[in-house]
Amino acid sequence: MSKNNEIFVSLTTLIRKEIKRYLRIWVQTLVPPAVTMSLYFVIFGSLIGPRIGTMDGLDYIQFMIPGLIMMSVITNSYANVVSSFYSVKFQKSIEELLISPMPNWAILTGFVMGGVSRGILIGFIVFCVSLFFYPTFDIANPVLTILVLILTSILFSLMGFINAIFADSFDDISIIPTFVLTPLIYLGGVFYSINILPDIWRSISMANPMLYVVNTFREGMLGVSDVSIPFALSMIVLFIIILASACLFFLHRGTGTRQ
Amino acid sequence: MNQFALEITDLKKTYDSGVVALKGINLTVKEGDFFALLGPNGAGKSSTIGIIASLVTKSSGKVKIYNIDTDENFPDAKRILGVVSQEINFNNFEKVIDIVTTQAGFYGIPLKEALYKTELILKRLGLWDKRDEQARTLSGGFKRRLMIAKALIHEPKLLILDEPTAGVDIELRREMWDFLKEINANGTTIILTTHYLEEAEQLCKNIAIIDHGELIENTTMKNLLSRLDVQGFLLDMDKSLESPPAIANFKIALEDPLTLNVEIKKDQSINQLFDQLTEQGIKVLSMRNKSNRLEEMFIEMVNKK
Repeated sequence: MSKNNEIFVSLTTLIRKEIKRYLRIWVQTLVPPAVTMSLYFVIFGSLIGPRIGTMDGLDYIQFMIPGLIMMSVITNSYANVVSSFYSVKFQKSIEELLISPMPNWAILTGFVMGGVSRGILIGFIVFCVSLFFYPTFDIANPVLTILVLILTSILFSLMGFINAIFADSFDDISIIPTFVLTPLIYLGGVFYSINILPDIWRSISMANPMLYVVNTFREGMLGVSDVSIPFALSMIVLFIIILASACLFFLHRGTGTRQ
Repeated sequence: MNQFALEITDLKKTYDSGVVALKGINLTVKEGDFFALLGPNGAGKSSTIGIIASLVTKSSGKVKIYNIDTDENFPDAKRILGVVSQEINFNNFEKVIDIVTTQAGFYGIPLKEALYKTELILKRLGLWDKRDEQARTLSGGFKRRLMIAKALIHEPKLLILDEPTAGVDIELRREMWDFLKEINANGTTIILTTHYLEEAEQLCKNIAIIDHGELIENTTMKNLLSRLDVQGFLLDMDKSLESPPAIANFKIALEDPLTLNVEIKKDQSINQLFDQLTEQGIKVLSMRNKSNRLEEMFIEMVNKK
């Protein structure tokens, strides 16, 4: 067997293992986002939404759907990789990978693909849930929608990987999601357009990277956005390159993985 | 068989904490050997194995596995290396069969072939009936067997076992010894670290002892054991004695009224002892080593250091 085939087999093995992992615990991984998002749709969409009226010319619930899908994709991609990679470190089963001939890039790709697959699956589940509350949904730009979905889940899977590399305890894998990711997502235009903010807060919001992710996805789904799409896409790709390079550097050095 | 399975040259390791684990180890293990790497806790055995397996980053030095320099081509070296770590290192919530087939996959073995190989190795190690059980439900001994199954799934030429029988009962330990002897006889080079020195004495042809990060002995097991000056034996008698019999040139004490504790020097004949005992009307029912010979020597060497 050629070395390329060997690497392909090892990579698909790791991806299969990662997918089996979160499917095995589907009650913890797939059901909660569906339940939580249903509550968001009921409370903010159906109950409070009609009183708010429109946002950027759209029904409030319609405006909110892309944001909530993206919020689920971000948190689940991140959570999948950070918990999975930290667990293999904690259980020492990372040794199974390190003693094998798998190259570092394949190890990274395997974990990231696990996060991407969960992110996309959750995104699809939340979209299906949203159809119960807003059945007449037309996707404005399917290609852009899928592209942003994939890029975003890659980006946040990589972030989760870096978090796991440096984590020394289970506390360390919950600090970033709780105190950094969640506030940035909530303030990143999931529930509102930054056009309704005063100038100063609008300017501050422009520094929030979540704003670009959420709005690019909203452009794909609804055709409306508060930011420049080419700029946002370029930034997402740039950060993917930077983070992937950092992950490979840390794996090569053995940071957090080798003594 | 004229090449080295493992060559270690001036291997040094200092951890970030400042602890110097290895101070420049030089070691070679011949192809086909069954080699014991011994040393007290914290001597540097696991650091050495960790470096060979790429779980620990070396500070300096060279490691070659079957003449493949790990600095130049670690993936190729890993393809012929199997490692059984000291601590359990699989996901306890996965099924036994999944753990082994996944490990095979990491070595590039396609799923169909991996399932076939897994069946063979699990049957050989008595784990096939437990293939669908989660690893956490296995006893300590079966977990150890699972570790060995994982390490052998890609048929390595060099197998390193870091205390594989720790916490394993005697019966299972003997079964594992037989299994290891068999795969060694079939051509797999084995390096073993263990705290059971009887295990090393039973299995290994050559031995190295590490202490405080330095190699203090590297020789054949036969040569090492031949250096023992005095051996202690316990002799069980058919009737009790109030005091030990006086026999010229032999140091004898009563372990208990029915057991004699005898020290025999290397150049003394045991026949002389038995002749004298027979003359005094003492009948010996059985005889055994007072303690493991290698253990005595090991303690002596480490203490000297």
